[in-house]
Amino acid sequence: MGLSRRSFIRNGVSAFTVSMAAPAFLSEIARAQGASSRNIVVLYLAGGNDALSTVIPYTDPFYYSRRPNIAIPAGQVVQIGSDSSGKALGLHPRMTGLRQIFDAGSLAVIQRTGYANSSRSHFVGFDIWGTADPVQPSGEGWLGKYLATLPSPVDPLAGWAATQEVPRPLVSRSIPVPAIPDARTYSFASPNTGAAAADERAAALRMSAFAPASQPSLTFVNAAAQGAMATLDRVAAVASYTGTVAYPNNGLALALRTVAGSLVRGTGTRVFWVQTGGFDTHSAQGNTGGGAYATLMSTLNDSVFAFYNDLRGQGLLSNTLVLLYSEFGRRISENGSAGTDHGAAGVMMAMGGAVRGGIYGTAASLDPAGQNPTLENAGGDVTYQTDFRSVYARVLDNWLGASSVPILGGDFRAGAPAII
Amino acid sequence: MAGTRPIDHLLRRAAFGATPEDLAIYGELSVSAAIDRLVDYERLPDDVDSRIGTNGYLGITTRGAPFSPNTVINDSRQRWLFRMVHSERQLQEKMALFWHNHFSTGYTKVAGFAGTAQGARLMAGKPGEVPGPPGQYELFRQYGLGSFRDLLLAVARDPAMVIWLDGRTNTRTRPQENFGREIMELFTWGVGNYVEADVYAAARVFTGWNLRTSGTLADVATGYYEFIYNAGQHDTTAKTFTFAVYPNGDKTIPARTAAAGEQDGIDFITALATHPETARRLARKFWGYFVSETAEPDAQFVESVAQTYLQSGTDIRATLRAIFRSPWFQSPDAYFARYSWPVEFVVKSLKEIGWNGFSIDSARAALPGMGQTLFEPPDVAGWALGRDWFGTGSMLARMNFAAGLAGNQKFALARDAQPYRATPERVLNYLLERLTPQPLDLAQRSELAAYLRAGGAWTGADAQLQTRTSGLARLITGSGEYQFI
Repeated sequence: MGLSRRSFIRNGVSAFTVSMAAPAFLSEIARAQGASSRNIVVLYLAGGNDALSTVIPYTDPFYYSRRPNIAIPAGQVVQIGSDSSGKALGLHPRMTGLRQIFDAGSLAVIQRTGYANSSRSHFVGFDIWGTADPVQPSGEGWLGKYLATLPSPVDPLAGWAATQEVPRPLVSRSIPVPAIPDARTYSFASPNTGAAAADERAAALRMSAFAPASQPSLTFVNAAAQGAMATLDRVAAVASYTGTVAYPNNGLALALRTVAGSLVRGTGTRVFWVQTGGFDTHSAQGNTGGGAYATLMSTLNDSVFAFYNDLRGQGLLSNTLVLLYSEFGRRISENGSAGTDHGAAGVMMAMGGAVRGGIYGTAASLDPAGQNPTLENAGGDVTYQTDFRSVYARVLDNWLGASSVPILGGDFRAGAPAII
Repeated sequence: MAGTRPIDHLLRRAAFGATPEDLAIYGELSVSAAIDRLVDYERLPDDVDSRIGTNGYLGITTRGAPFSPNTVINDSRQRWLFRMVHSERQLQEKMALFWHNHFSTGYTKVAGFAGTAQGARLMAGKPGEVPGPPGQYELFRQYGLGSFRDLLLAVARDPAMVIWLDGRTNTRTRPQENFGREIMELFTWGVGNYVEADVYAAARVFTGWNLRTSGTLADVATGYYEFIYNAGQHDTTAKTFTFAVYPNGDKTIPARTAAAGEQDGIDFITALATHPETARRLARKFWGYFVSETAEPDAQFVESVAQTYLQSGTDIRATLRAIFRSPWFQSPDAYFARYSWPVEFVVKSLKEIGWNGFSIDSARAALPGMGQTLFEPPDVAGWALGRDWFGTGSMLARMNFAAGLAGNQKFALARDAQPYRATPERVLNYLLERLTPQPLDLAQRSELAAYLRAGGAWTGADAQLQTRTSGLARLITGSGEYQFI
């Protein structure tokens, strides 16, 4: 791992402090920033998703010849039609819920997304997608930079990472983003009760405000404590949310239910980060009958479909955009362990009430022979067609109402798929 | 003042902090003698496991079954945490933790292949208690201060690693590059020293490094996985790299017979382990682990430590001894310049607050909320360290662990504070001496004193002492200052 988050933190972050938010149900700041306004939920598939098993080119003979053990039989894919080049595509058989969303016109599938000279390292790749910078993938994340454009003071719950640590994409020099993996355990414990416990909480809050400029490390840790204390009460209100539909019992679904709760209760959060892992399928990937990948697809499909239905039931679908990606796609040919190694271009998806559903981009030809411009690495990997930063640009400009050029450090608007 | 002496610094870094008993022993020693006691830990008894389940030590929790640290992963976690608190061989556990992060291997994938009982055994099975090779963590305890080259070779042959990075599916006809990539990117010299073609060549080097089973796997008492070099799966052709593999500058591992092909991997591991870039990368990691996370690795430190490492034949013991004796380590600038890992925070707080009537399982259960589950690092790169430990949720989990422990030790804390009950300031001084946070600014001390007085007039009566000392212990342990070691 060549580029550590730590080196960024050492080199650049100035100390920040959290402004004290009143422990109201919906803070004044959040109210002023428009609690019911648009939000984005970034859904990250950790490990390098095998895009060719998610969106399957089931009429490409090389898909079957190069994947004798893991190809999904053509008869079992969930058909979604053809792309603009006429290539027929199908979703993984477990993606029946996503097909319903697709049919409703609320799911965009963006094929062959990536960037030139795609990194095969999980960590470098993750940071490149997180910073939108393939050359210097360190420092602030693209979502962190977006949050910093919100009117000051930014509410402490403007961003919400449903992870233990704030991931690179939400890192900001000026905006502290809380990491809240589970709203139910996000509460303040005390060895005492009554007045002593209240005194303790008040003292802890005051101590966490200590932010000496000469001690940036201590200031950082205190800011984490202060961020927690400033958000406890609003998060507690979210924790009781159970949804209008039954969510599956897995980490991703519970994180999405928390996001839905946050939207319903009006925390004013603009950027959510949720992720689910296990996509580094070097072995025993399986095909339609089972195996690791089918389980991953069930988790993804069932969770996202529940979230979609819940938001629809709450009338919040048109305020929400889910953007899905992974750090890279995988090798076209399966390896000796019925899995796939690290590859290049992947697939992004966008879901929401305002999304222009459909298939964007064209599928690669998986023929390894000759001069096939849709492949790279001697025909081993799918090469990218749509720069992922152009998708970010579209989302920033057309959905979040921000200006993508300064956030992305360049103009990627041209050629962006018109997903929203 | 306690916590700010050279010996306190040494025990925070080369150990997991100090109990009053530890301080009684180490307080008598010179720093040099203390370093030797920590580094040459084989001189101390290896009897920590015999304390498990006995009076005077942390409790363990069993769930309707015998304590089974070789086959039940949560029991493996309890045993490791217990050792971190109670082992006299503190540096052995400290380095096992370092290597666990360095060679980051996750139980879930291993158990997904081998089953839960064999999975726990592969991660943490103790030699002598179960047959077959040691679990991976026991390998770190065994080789952790030996030669890095030997450790790297042992890890390459470790069955848990063979499962984790898919070496078991790396064959002549279908090379699988996972291990070949990570041994360079993560275990030795890091990105920038090789190209993709080297990754493919490295994968071919390790073709045939595989597993076999012995006995019946369903019976953990007799069945197990072990390493085997499977000659029939080995790619016997030459492998050429973009860098020198041999001291004479030769970049090509020669074609060998299948029977002799295991030497490919041994040559490659030796080349990586003895390369100056590996020496420098390890020196930088040791800087972060032992010296400072608030200052960049000092260039002179890196060169000096790398030299010690290379000249000693990649000997970790010699390297660590040199680090602890170095001016960079001993400088007061390094004091409290390290963000504690969650397990370090938990273990230090147990050593300082106490554990009578407390189960180590409560610490085990609290650690995931702080972002660290032993035997379950987030990915092959290990945990994100330093500031990345301190999200709002994970900081809250630390504060709440402090609350739970302080509540559990409420009566003991009040009893110990009785001699100081005359004034709040004396109680505060006593607890700060005992808990050794980074020295507090005057304003922060005033907040703590105000907390002691907030309950009305100070009488120092038992009830008040119990309430306020436990609350105070919680505030200190949950403070930002306490999170630095």
